[in-house]
Amino acid sequence: MSSKDAKRFFNSGAKKGEIHELKQELKTPDKSKKKDVVKKVIAAMTVGHDVAPLFPDVVNCMQTDDMELKKLVYLYLINYAKTQPDLTLMAVNTFVKDSLDPSPLIRALAVRTMGCIRVDKITEYLCDPLARCLKDSDPYVRKTSAVCVAKLYDISPELVEERGFLENLKDMISDANPMVVANSVAALSEIHSMSGKPVFDLNSQTIFKLLAALNECTEWGQVFILDSLVDYNPKDSKDAESVIERIIPRLQHANCAVVLSALKVILKFLRYVSDNDFKGPMMKKLAAPLITLLNTEPQVQYVALRNINIIIQRHKEVLSSNIKVFFCKYNDPIYVKMEKLEALIKLANEDNIDQLLLEFKEYSTEIDVDFVRKSVRAIGRCAVSIAESAQKCINVLLDLIETRVNYVVQEAVIVIKDIFRKYPNKYESIISTLCENLDTLDEPEAKASMVWIIGEYADRIDNADELLETFLETFPEETSPVQLQLLTATVKLFLKKPTEKPQQMIQLVLSNATQETDNPDLRDRAYIYWRLLSTDPEAAKDVILSEKPIIADDTSALEPEMLDELMNNIGTLASVYQKLPDTFVARVRPMVQSASSFNPEADVVENGAAGDVIAEQSAPVDVPDLLGGLDGLNVSAPAPAGDAPAPSGGAPDLMGDLLSLDVGGGAPAPAPAQAAPAQPAGGFDPFGLDSLSAPVSSMPVQQTELPVILAADKGKGLEIRGKLERSGGQIVYNLSFRNTTAGVLDGLMIQFNKNSFGLLPGGALQVPALQPGSSGAAKLPINVNVQGANPAPARSALQVAIKCSQLGVLYLSDTISLGAVLTEEGRLQYPNFQQMWQAAPPANSQTQVFQVAGASQDAVVAKLESGGLFCVGKQMNAAHFSGKLVLGALALVEVAMQPGSPAVQVTCKSQRVDLLPLLMEFVGKTML
Amino acid sequence: MATSAIFILDLKGKVIIYRDYRGDVPISYADRFMEKVAELEDAGKASPIIQDEGVTYLYLQHSNLYLLAVTKSNVNAASTVYFLHKLVEVFTKYFEQLEEESVRDNFVTVYELLDEMMDFGYPQFTEANILQEFIKTEAQKMDVVERKAPMAVTNAVSWRSEGIKYKKNEVFLDVVESVNLLVNANGSVVRSEIMGALKMRTYLTGMPECKLGLNDRVLLESQGKSGKGKAVDLEDMKFHQCVRLARFESDRTISFVPPDGAFDLMTYRISSQVKPLIWIECTVNNSSRSRVEYLVKAKSQFKARSAASNVEISIPVASDATAPVVRASQGSAEYAPEREALVWKIKNFPGGKEFLLRAKFSLPSIEGDSSVEGGRKQPIQVNFEIPYFTVSGIQVRYLKVIEKSGYQALPWVRYITQSGEYEIRMN
Repeated sequence: MSSKDAKRFFNSGAKKGEIHELKQELKTPDKSKKKDVVKKVIAAMTVGHDVAPLFPDVVNCMQTDDMELKKLVYLYLINYAKTQPDLTLMAVNTFVKDSLDPSPLIRALAVRTMGCIRVDKITEYLCDPLARCLKDSDPYVRKTSAVCVAKLYDISPELVEERGFLENLKDMISDANPMVVANSVAALSEIHSMSGKPVFDLNSQTIFKLLAALNECTEWGQVFILDSLVDYNPKDSKDAESVIERIIPRLQHANCAVVLSALKVILKFLRYVSDNDFKGPMMKKLAAPLITLLNTEPQVQYVALRNINIIIQRHKEVLSSNIKVFFCKYNDPIYVKMEKLEALIKLANEDNIDQLLLEFKEYSTEIDVDFVRKSVRAIGRCAVSIAESAQKCINVLLDLIETRVNYVVQEAVIVIKDIFRKYPNKYESIISTLCENLDTLDEPEAKASMVWIIGEYADRIDNADELLETFLETFPEETSPVQLQLLTATVKLFLKKPTEKPQQMIQLVLSNATQETDNPDLRDRAYIYWRLLSTDPEAAKDVILSEKPIIADDTSALEPEMLDELMNNIGTLASVYQKLPDTFVARVRPMVQSASSFNPEADVVENGAAGDVIAEQSAPVDVPDLLGGLDGLNVSAPAPAGDAPAPSGGAPDLMGDLLSLDVGGGAPAPAPAQAAPAQPAGGFDPFGLDSLSAPVSSMPVQQTELPVILAADKGKGLEIRGKLERSGGQIVYNLSFRNTTAGVLDGLMIQFNKNSFGLLPGGALQVPALQPGSSGAAKLPINVNVQGANPAPARSALQVAIKCSQLGVLYLSDTISLGAVLTEEGRLQYPNFQQMWQAAPPANSQTQVFQVAGASQDAVVAKLESGGLFCVGKQMNAAHFSGKLVLGALALVEVAMQPGSPAVQVTCKSQRVDLLPLLMEFVGKTML
Repeated sequence: MATSAIFILDLKGKVIIYRDYRGDVPISYADRFMEKVAELEDAGKASPIIQDEGVTYLYLQHSNLYLLAVTKSNVNAASTVYFLHKLVEVFTKYFEQLEEESVRDNFVTVYELLDEMMDFGYPQFTEANILQEFIKTEAQKMDVVERKAPMAVTNAVSWRSEGIKYKKNEVFLDVVESVNLLVNANGSVVRSEIMGALKMRTYLTGMPECKLGLNDRVLLESQGKSGKGKAVDLEDMKFHQCVRLARFESDRTISFVPPDGAFDLMTYRISSQVKPLIWIECTVNNSSRSRVEYLVKAKSQFKARSAASNVEISIPVASDATAPVVRASQGSAEYAPEREALVWKIKNFPGGKEFLLRAKFSLPSIEGDSSVEGGRKQPIQVNFEIPYFTVSGIQVRYLKVIEKSGYQALPWVRYITQSGEYEIRMN
């Protein structure tokens, strides 16, 4: 077909009449004409026209010795076989015949194509040719067949196992041809991870073969082999060293994927190396190849930089003397610039900060707004993380504010707030400069930051009241973060300068925040302040002006377990996204849907009800009742909007609802949880609030107990607290959710990543829709599937994904406390214990000494028993414990102590060596 | 683990080629990809790897085409992105120009190539010169050739076929060094590095064994020859896959069986600071509101026996400047409003010389919108070439070619230094 013909088809496509025309043309006996017609068909197919009606006619052309025509027909078959499964059978004979052709090209083509036709009927016929071709004399056919096994496994794992193809693949690891080895490795690795079965056993023998093939095979084959090596755990330090030495030459390869995969294996294996004389020089060798990756095509640079930003979180030293290579070039694409900037921030230290600040300042004058903003933030992040540089950073920020470029100023204000938080009472002299720029601020975050600064330093800014007043004029129009900051700042101002003007301002703010808003967060906080101020201004000072926790720059820091996982995923998409593979790879997994065994606890219902109440009562109509009641406290309440009727019977209910809402909703910082239990002083109790004290004081307990596992700012506004606990022979995940967004959140679902203890959600997550500002709790029963547990070494990390209809999927990392996974069946008979204790080899034992002040044996026994271990025997100076983990592994513990000495020697033994560190940590924590 | 499909799209997103490897990402995803790209580009957040509803798109743009790989699994991203670049390389070798027209004209060949280069989403084979032996385009198929099984595909030497014959055996080796330089407005050198490449063209019979000797300091010192002549610290060398890496690691010998024809044998990087070859100083005089004056001084800081050619110095100028009056002591200078720059070209710039340029512009008397200020500050950019010269002093000491038939091959070596990203920031 001439290119003109092709164009005609690309542009017009096959119309109905043309299908008919093509059908006629395909009947031509002329071979070369036939080929042209098939080309036309493929052209039409490519642009998305349906040429399926031509199926029988095209398949008829399959029997040909013209290689090109054959390939075209095969291409057609791959695309349309699914739509015509019965007719596809017509092709089987030709396939089988081709798989016996004298030309290896044709044999390989037949096997390759058959594997791509995902029709059951075809698949059955594929097995015999495949079995033959796996043992073909030509390596080209064998390498193609190896991949075909993976194709078949994707369609029918049963057939692969039945026919023993896995065994064939394993044998092919020893093939003389390196490409056959590489493709077999690729196929086995994929089957291994798809099936979750240990089909690919990496032992020192296979490793030896893989390393031999590594030097010989194509660049792509090298990538397959290196990627599979990362799953091998070296036996000892020497083993690790010898593998590293074999891999290190790969760092000189021109293919960036070979380099990154080699780096991945080397970095993993270096962790097993104990010899520092080997480690040190080896680490130094890694810098140059990493840097060279920055001189590649921008897309490759992007992948490299995302990986470098992971690697330097663990091995900052590798690149910290090479910051210049990360300086942005003028023509770098923006995605490269952003990553380089991130690397620069991570590599910043006392020695290079001067140079870096010059660069950041340069970047702050560029054209791309996002890049400029990130550059300004970079200065702030350096100031927070490197104390010695704070003054220099402030100076640069002041220079930038001078430019008066709107978004630069706003960004500078935001980071200066962080610097004030980190170094209180050091740099406040610059406040006046900031105040000059008040009117340029129009973004919520910048405004909120400025308001925070004014409130925090109200006593030092002479005209703080005037400044705040200008903001207060527009209070109702502000976004909620600004409103919250304005509220807090005004209260701070009042507490610091309790004069007439602030008093008026506070009344205005409180009335606005309680009556004019439908934002429950704001209203709650206003009520809490109001109560605090009206009952005990001194307590209010303690709460509101209390010292704030120190902040640190962890903007992009990864959790250690997450980092471990990502280090093993260098070069892959997981490293680019900096997410675990399971969180973005769709995989069919059995979902446990049955919730019958699980009764939602009462508090869930209660919280849900409270949430509903908020929705119904968010209109301010009921508030006057409450205000009327509070009238006469030392802060005079603003005039109620409506009439102020006498307290009615309904008021206490409302108060009750509001209180439970306070507690459930938890006012955001800076009002900590202590704010809630503050009781009216002086016996002023118009609504019998005392009677309500019980729910008030009991509920915060739950809240303070559950640790935050996903902060609201990381969870797109959804705060999640939670803890794994054991109760009644079951593992239960106690969870509480708080919605700080402005909309309703619902449809919460939960999923766990594969973990070391095989924990799975044992039911659906039962949380009612969360109204803005409200909370909900859930007790999620946990099932244990030991087969589904991650292999050793055991880790305590539990990666959790929470899905919510509005926010999408959120990821968080929690810790599995050993207390939750110790079963009730862990009590051993003492003789059994002694027998096992003595039989345990030294490798399965670990000893550590803890300092426990005032330790007594009885106290330790009581603590460990409540933690889930069983005391099986006591001697003068030692107590013995046993426990059984859900995995089935036993834990044996001896606690030895001398009376009067704080030193407690703990020895742990288990058949699972990898559990020992976790066990030791657990015993240590539980005793304290 | 692997790529699901490869697309070639035109810039509007119309599918030109769709090769499905796994059957889990249908052709309709091309539309989603285009929507997502447009959305991200509008937001200024484009990146070469994007994710949308469980599907990852890895792509690059080449002339008027998108090359796109899609996947639903945790693929090796580096490998996939690099594979796309290899596609560009192979297609370019096949069709000379990789663009919409050539892909449409050769779509059958493109499908054949995609079939051979990737199987079930695993990259397989990307050596263009070997592929050309058994997959040919319409134009190359003038005389019908018997199709042989591609022996080299599975050979340990997968980049060279047996039985190549030349009457005259020759090797051409170009040593090309690019200088990247970044200078701050205050005249301090922020970064300076040399990126070197050894580009080879071989016309050799049979299966020749080649050995290349450089004045690599590590090698010379290990042989105790450090005294003779200048040695160079090559920081990170990257080799074509034909080079035996294990051998290099053990004794730093560069030995290989070369592919036939042109290829990049190796690249290297040197980051030790070198004196900037061409130094530019630019003073801007904003004497009055409506006039601006530029005084540019260009100085060549290499030995007088070398000379830079095709020097082009681009000096950024305000976008609203008009009425240029330019005077240069050498070469020609022109105002290029579309680049917002004054472009000064000097054909021949010998070492140790200094040239001057003066330019005056008129500025509109009304000052522009102040909100756009603080905007783009282009650096001064310089392009040049210095033939027969390397900044690093790298030298090819020998290139030995040994073939069992015992012929003598002639090696031709050329050196050239050129500008890479050569930028001087302005105040």
